[in-house]
Amino acid sequence: MTDVLLQAQNLSVSRGELTVFERKSFTINTGMLFQLQGDNGSGKTTLLRAICTLIPLDEGELRWRGELLPAAREQYFAEMCFAGHADGLKGDLTAVENLTSTLTEHTPTVIECIAALEKTGFTGRDDLPCRVLSAGQRRRVVLARVLLSQATLWVLDEPLTALDASGRELVGKLIEEQVGSGGSVVYSTHQPLDVSGFPLQTLALSD
Amino acid sequence: MGAAFLTLLKRDLTLAMRRRSDWLNPLVFFVIVVSLFPLGIGPDGSLLSEIAPGVIWVAALLATLLALDGLFRDDFDDGSIEQLLLSPQPLPVLVLAKILTHWLISGLPLVLLSPLLALLLQLKLQALPTLLGSLVLGTLSLSLIGAIGAALTVGLRRGGVLLPLLVLPLFIPVLIFGSSSVAAAATGFPVSAQLSLLGGLFFLALALAPWAAAAALRISAES
Repeated sequence: MTDVLLQAQNLSVSRGELTVFERKSFTINTGMLFQLQGDNGSGKTTLLRAICTLIPLDEGELRWRGELLPAAREQYFAEMCFAGHADGLKGDLTAVENLTSTLTEHTPTVIECIAALEKTGFTGRDDLPCRVLSAGQRRRVVLARVLLSQATLWVLDEPLTALDASGRELVGKLIEEQVGSGGSVVYSTHQPLDVSGFPLQTLALSD
Repeated sequence: MGAAFLTLLKRDLTLAMRRRSDWLNPLVFFVIVVSLFPLGIGPDGSLLSEIAPGVIWVAALLATLLALDGLFRDDFDDGSIEQLLLSPQPLPVLVLAKILTHWLISGLPLVLLSPLLALLLQLKLQALPTLLGSLVLGTLSLSLIGAIGAALTVGLRRGGVLLPLLVLPLFIPVLIFGSSSVAAAATGFPVSAQLSLLGGLFFLALALAPWAAAAALRISAES
């Protein structure tokens, strides 16, 4: 049984005079993997931020479970999780402190946070502030935040950035689990992501 | 909703405790500015006690302004503003938590230190309760009003310069009623009218500022 999660119709976004992309339509269902393809500067990040309602649309409409956005923002945000280029981690807090201060519907406990960090292969020390962690380690903390959100829809902008080979494998595995359990993932990437057994939809953006 | 408010409050207070310069800088600025006046004007007791209400109030206002730019700046730079905007909790409530943190780390220390500076300027002792009361209401209002300006300018690279130009005109009513209440108390006049107006300004700001700042934050994050 698949449900329609996010419907995008004729999305257009421009910055001043410059049109970033025009009339993009797609539908994201449960259990679906949706990949954005395109060169640098083709508007992948802008499209991801637009479907998070962070950027206003010039034209077109977005619907979450049939309800028009951004009016249905609160239901939407309760079921989606976005991980963008900026990791949103506080440099002066430790990994666990960062995770326990997320503002999701359910505030994760310390035990849940440590379990999620273990699952993402975080090997940094728990007592160190995030600012001294390596980029890859910070990325794993962000992945733990995505896991803890228990969101139906994951929106991941370049989830493989700064990760090593085992990290890339792990992202593939986490995405498989998410899609396998009836969730959906929208992501943009340059590197090939090893996810098998699920229908992969792609949307190509060009200049 | 309440849980998210407390989570954010706790996180920001923890951050402030780890970066002491955030709240020590405005406080030191406040003390130094006020103590420059006796040095510049000379040890003329009657003149100092006459200008004391205005001096303390202007210094408190400028110190609040000094801390204001950092209200959303760090969140904006590290991307946690996106997590704030994408939270299922109502954004004005989260913004209110950030404003309250800002007041607790920049406004409250000023209020607590002000009696000491009042003594330095030879303000009459009978005016101290009014000074404390007006500063509590006043600095809360300044934090609330200033948050709108901070949210509007956080997306600009040189926003720190624009911020005072935007919010200082809005600070004027608070300054007028705040300093005149202390001046009235020092000369033995009733102060209930000024304090009521300050209270009115505070409630007006409390009712409007979180919503305005939340809307401004969404606009700033569009870039």
